[in-house]
Amino acid sequence: MGIEFRDVGKTYPDGTVAVTGFSCTVPSHRTLALVGTSGSGKTTLMRMVNRMVEPTTGSVLIDGRDVRELDKVALRRSIGYVPQAGGLLPHRRVVDNVATVPVLTGTPRRAARDAALALLERVGIDPALGRRYPAQLSGGQQQRVAVARALAAEPNILLMDEPFGAVDPIVRRGLQDQLLQLQAELGKTIVLVTHDIDEAFRLGDEVVILRTGGIVAQTGTPKEIVAAPADEFVRDFIGADRAERALRTVDVDGRSVVVDGDGRPVGVLE
Amino acid sequence: MNLFGDALAWITDGAHWGGPGGIDHRVVQHLLVTFAAVALAAVLALPLGILIGHTGRGRLVVVALAGAVRAVPTLGLLTLLGLALGIGIQAPLIALVALAFPSLLAGAYAGIEAADRGAVDAARAVGMSEWQLVTRVEIPLGADVILGGIRAATLQVVATATLAAYISDTGLGRYLFSGLKSRQYDQMLAGALLVAALALVLDLTMAALQRASRPTTRKVPS
Ligand SMILES: Nc1ncnc2c1ncn2[C@@H]1O[C@H](COP(=O)(O)OP(=O)(O)OP(=O)(O)O)[C@@H](O)[C@H]1O
Ligand SMILES: [Mg+2]
Repeated sequence: MGIEFRDVGKTYPDGTVAVTGFSCTVPSHRTLALVGTSGSGKTTLMRMVNRMVEPTTGSVLIDGRDVRELDKVALRRSIGYVPQAGGLLPHRRVVDNVATVPVLTGTPRRAARDAALALLERVGIDPALGRRYPAQLSGGQQQRVAVARALAAEPNILLMDEPFGAVDPIVRRGLQDQLLQLQAELGKTIVLVTHDIDEAFRLGDEVVILRTGGIVAQTGTPKEIVAAPADEFVRDFIGADRAERALRTVDVDGRSVVVDGDGRPVGVLE
Repeated sequence: MNLFGDALAWITDGAHWGGPGGIDHRVVQHLLVTFAAVALAAVLALPLGILIGHTGRGRLVVVALAGAVRAVPTLGLLTLLGLALGIGIQAPLIALVALAFPSLLAGAYAGIEAADRGAVDAARAVGMSEWQLVTRVEIPLGADVILGGIRAATLQVVATATLAAYISDTGLGRYLFSGLKSRQYDQMLAGALLVAALALVLDLTMAALQRASRPTTRKVPS
């Protein structure tokens, strides 16, 4: 069942058309990656799922139920949310940030804290840092904490808005690996927003490439998109003409060595 | 400096302490009037300011109104109220509430508006109700500014509460008015000094409170 966007559109009160006629289904336990240039409506689309944005046309369904029928607060508590920039509560300790939702839903504070410490460990944060305030952590650590907070209520759905946006490429890569590993264990239904096509290809089972106005340029698995970019915009966006996307093999002593567009070796074809 | 010395002597004179007109009694009265006025104004202004800050609505109307109230001279208002309500503490109390209102209101909505929008948005998105947002995120994050408003209002009121003695026998202002009338300038200056000292002590106390309320975002964990 999962999440279904049914012909949704969003025009903000000031007349900005952020999304038009978007339809898409995210099967349970799968990851949908929304990619596109800045202002292409990714955040708007994602926030329709937890009703932080109400679509002006169409509807969003979770397991077949229109989210408009559900209580906003209860809906949001049942969905993990990682905002575009951390969004931790600056006046609460890291451990209490992670425990926010369980405490709201009535878990005793003590138990919620213990669970929060375990979650911190799980996302690769030393539980000793739990006593700190968010401002005392690095950007990458804050993002991990935000992921831990999103997982704390054991939601079936995770919404992640450029969760690794504020970190350098190496840390980002590490965080992506960690997310893949977590996802392999937990099997959440994930909507992930990113402007980084490589991140979308690494993390997404299905990728939607958006252009300005929330118009879909192409939808497909990473393989499908790489194999057949729909148009010039997509070719350009995925860097189809970049050296590292234009691989070919050359024969070296009977082995097929894969080289990129510049002729640099990438690996060996098994 | 002679008058100043006389005033100090007047204050330290044991005969002016104790009893219904004594300094200690009047200090307590002055403080009570101040707290009553600030508390009454806060009951009205803080919820309104928090509501405006939270919803972002009605701001222009209320700010214009508070500005208008601010422009009313307190002594004029007090005279009018005194004529309408007669001698007693009601008129000065209402005038002082009007005096405190704008600072309290401005502090409240500015404090709420100053709360980190990213944190508020994220807190809403993880499922805090509007009430929880206000009480657990916006007020703690805006406490510094809100208390700043209370501090400003208290300072204005404690100084102006002197006027309460204009139409009622209340507070330290009595020393000023009766000293002026009977040309006992040592008593008059003593009254002024006492008000100034009281204001200073209150302001320092409020400043300490304000510091203590600052979100401990950067404090090194103990
Ligand atoms: N609350 C709002 N009111 C008016 N316009 C808005 C609002 N939120 C977003 N928009 C506009 O809607 C469009 C889509 O915004 P959105 O935040 O969904 O883009 P995005 O793809 O997430 O961009 P980015 O990669 O920069 O985060 C933009 O033109 C933006 O200016
Ligand atoms: Mg965005």
